[in-house]
Amino acid sequence: MALEPVPSPILQMKGIMKAFPGVQALAGVDLEVLPGEVHALIGENGAGKSTLIRILGGIHLPDAGGIILRGRPVSITTPRRAQELGVAIIHQELNQVGPLSVGENLLLGQEPRRWRWFVDWEALYARTRAELAELGVPVDPRARMDLLSVAERQTVEIARALSRKADILVMDEPTAALTLEEVERLFAIIGDLRARGVSMIYISHRLEEVFRIADRVTVLRDGHYVGTHPVRALDVDRLIQLMVGRKVTEKYPREPVTPGPPRLEVRGLSADGLFRDVSFTVRAGEILGIAGLAGSGKIEVAHAIFGMLPLDSGEVFVEGRRATIRGPADAIALGIGLVPEDRKALGLVLAMSIRDNVSLPSLERVSTAGFVRAGEERAVVDQAMHRLDIRAPTRDQIVRSLSGGNQQKVVVAKWLQAGAKILLLCEPTRGIDVATKVEMYRLMVELARGGAAVVMVSSELPEVLGMSDRILVMHEGRITGEFPHDEATQETIMARASGRIGGGGLQS
Amino acid sequence: MAGSSPNAAPDAGALRPVRSRRRVNLQRFGLAIALVVLGGALALLSPVFLTPENLLNVARQVSVNAVMGAGMTFVILTAGIDLSVGSVLALAGVVMASAVKAGLPLALALLAGLAAGTGFGVANGVTVAYGRVAPFIVTLAMLTIARGTTLVYTGGLPISNLGAAFDWFGQGDVFGIPVPVLVMLLVFLLSYVVLAQMVVGRYVYAIGGNAEAARLSGINVRRYTVLVYAISGLLSAVAAVILTARLDSAQPTAGTGYELDAIAAVVLGGTTLMGGEGSIGGTLLGAFLIGVLNNGLNLLNVSSFYQQVVKGLVILLAVLLDQRIRQRGTGRAG
Repeated sequence: MALEPVPSPILQMKGIMKAFPGVQALAGVDLEVLPGEVHALIGENGAGKSTLIRILGGIHLPDAGGIILRGRPVSITTPRRAQELGVAIIHQELNQVGPLSVGENLLLGQEPRRWRWFVDWEALYARTRAELAELGVPVDPRARMDLLSVAERQTVEIARALSRKADILVMDEPTAALTLEEVERLFAIIGDLRARGVSMIYISHRLEEVFRIADRVTVLRDGHYVGTHPVRALDVDRLIQLMVGRKVTEKYPREPVTPGPPRLEVRGLSADGLFRDVSFTVRAGEILGIAGLAGSGKIEVAHAIFGMLPLDSGEVFVEGRRATIRGPADAIALGIGLVPEDRKALGLVLAMSIRDNVSLPSLERVSTAGFVRAGEERAVVDQAMHRLDIRAPTRDQIVRSLSGGNQQKVVVAKWLQAGAKILLLCEPTRGIDVATKVEMYRLMVELARGGAAVVMVSSELPEVLGMSDRILVMHEGRITGEFPHDEATQETIMARASGRIGGGGLQS
Repeated sequence: MAGSSPNAAPDAGALRPVRSRRRVNLQRFGLAIALVVLGGALALLSPVFLTPENLLNVARQVSVNAVMGAGMTFVILTAGIDLSVGSVLALAGVVMASAVKAGLPLALALLAGLAAGTGFGVANGVTVAYGRVAPFIVTLAMLTIARGTTLVYTGGLPISNLGAAFDWFGQGDVFGIPVPVLVMLLVFLLSYVVLAQMVVGRYVYAIGGNAEAARLSGINVRRYTVLVYAISGLLSAVAAVILTARLDSAQPTAGTGYELDAIAAVVLGGTTLMGGEGSIGGTLLGAFLIGVLNNGLNLLNVSSFYQQVVKGLVILLAVLLDQRIRQRGTGRAG
């Protein structure tokens, strides 16, 4: 912690401006970080957080504004310069060399040498072990990097930053892919670092986390600086209001619909090592939530229904008829759509346009003898863009350049156009901002009202509780509980999800 | 596909810079300028260069590489590579030539050659798609298999004197335009239509851009992978028709090293080896850039040893330049 009563800031960014062709990404943004402070940086997607962080990390140069580091004005022209100045960024996508060992990664570029040209392996692994022990993580320095869990890899990245004497650590959505337990461990590490005087800039869409670990919070909106507040002076509603610029009245716009006939029924689904004996039914108009911790097999169940994973046993019925699904193409033909948990890797062709992506699964419907009916395709895509409020100047915009929320809408639009009546949504709001989340929820309701059966697989307990008509809980590959909306609480679900109350749960 | 491109208007909401297909055009624009500059320089240096005879000659010489480059474009767009095209060309040429010699009707002889090329392409594609072996390895193996087969079959001897009807495909002309040039234009027109307007073309780009996302959109990725290698094999055989007919002889060693020229044409044309981005029109320009360069160096009496060095340098330079344009166009992706 700081020693003086009013500590002077270690980092000040003042009046930062940055324009990209056609976009004013930052229009005069300030950020002030104290020594040993956890400073949350929040804002919706497109608010300018990433741009600001990239400027701090030397990836972009600001058009105007200044950076004062430890009282001295500096210009951070390259990532290397940022590193020399003690700034380290833990990116969401970790930059690591998978086939190399933990030790080799941690000390990459600063390996201890022996006789100048040779690596001193003993020293390398000894130092790595020491650095990791300091963070309290038991990771084998000789383990292959790509065999570690995301949480372990993240810790190695933090250790790597510290080994380079970084005292300003930027974490970009560090908890996005972590289990609850791993999040706790990360928070313990953050607490530790704070005590050692390391300053942290913490970016997250999970506002609860901000309230748990941050000291102060800076809010950005549309490239503008909204303000900096001590976390104690705020509550969630006030924070959302600052981010969005208006009150988000209804966070979970659930509207129960009288369920129609069963659209999807699965009986005794098993896949070796992933899940066992999973049975449930989803009806038209219903939103079924599937909750569970990471590794509970909940995502894999959705993948298996969509034909992405082979089943060892079990039956799938669509509209009451026994279905054979050998691959995604079969599932799509049956009117099933899947929004994957990793939209960039699985959901989108990033180099293609909105139009190309939206029409991809339904291209044959707008074509004659193998030729695309271009006018019809354009009309259909425009309609989808309008319906989902996909914000882009044209349908020919490359999806890589869209915000996370708009990208997710493109994935959903694919299945709307393909006429899916059964939607499997895997972590549908991961990495998207509050306002878009609410839009996503509204869309789910609209789809259900239109007669679709929606299965929402999510690690975000609040949204499962808020949106589902019925909730299934999974633990270690089995269904351990089923609750109607009104009977589910955070506690009962967590008890089932963690296996404290287990096998004897209600089976559908 | 990447050919027609409405320019994107400035984005109001998105954070990152707008990135439209305009970039691809800019790139090809750069390539076209390079071609014009090179042509202009050669016109100044050599009085022969701009004569119609010489230009038609260039086009005729370019046709073989361009046709192979068209097939290569399909493969590279799916993030694959086909190193076997040169050997498959030789094999297809030998099959056609021996069919002609055996007295088969011309149409049948051509068909046999095209079928042989397509067959090897299918073998490539099936091994890549169903055997899950890296395209580089599969087609490298096929390169030596096809070459070896050709040598075994011919005993290493050329098959010559194929008759005027066959030779028309390499030496004839229609209203003054050489047949090879017409074949080339037809191949590119069809390829453009397939890539820009057909469902298949869209799938090719999608598979190269993100094969897993394509599969999860219901696309039969394996089937289309086989298809692109089949197209590459087929077009190698089409190139074989032109080359064999022009020489009036099927050489078992024909096409050695042609795969590199074809890849160079594709890459110069702005198609990335990572797949998913590029255009068939670029490949045509790329092939012409290489062809004009060869022609110019010949006219200037540069020794063929130096020619190889110069050609390599120009390719490097062009690709470096292209990288610059891309970086300026995209900013850094997150």
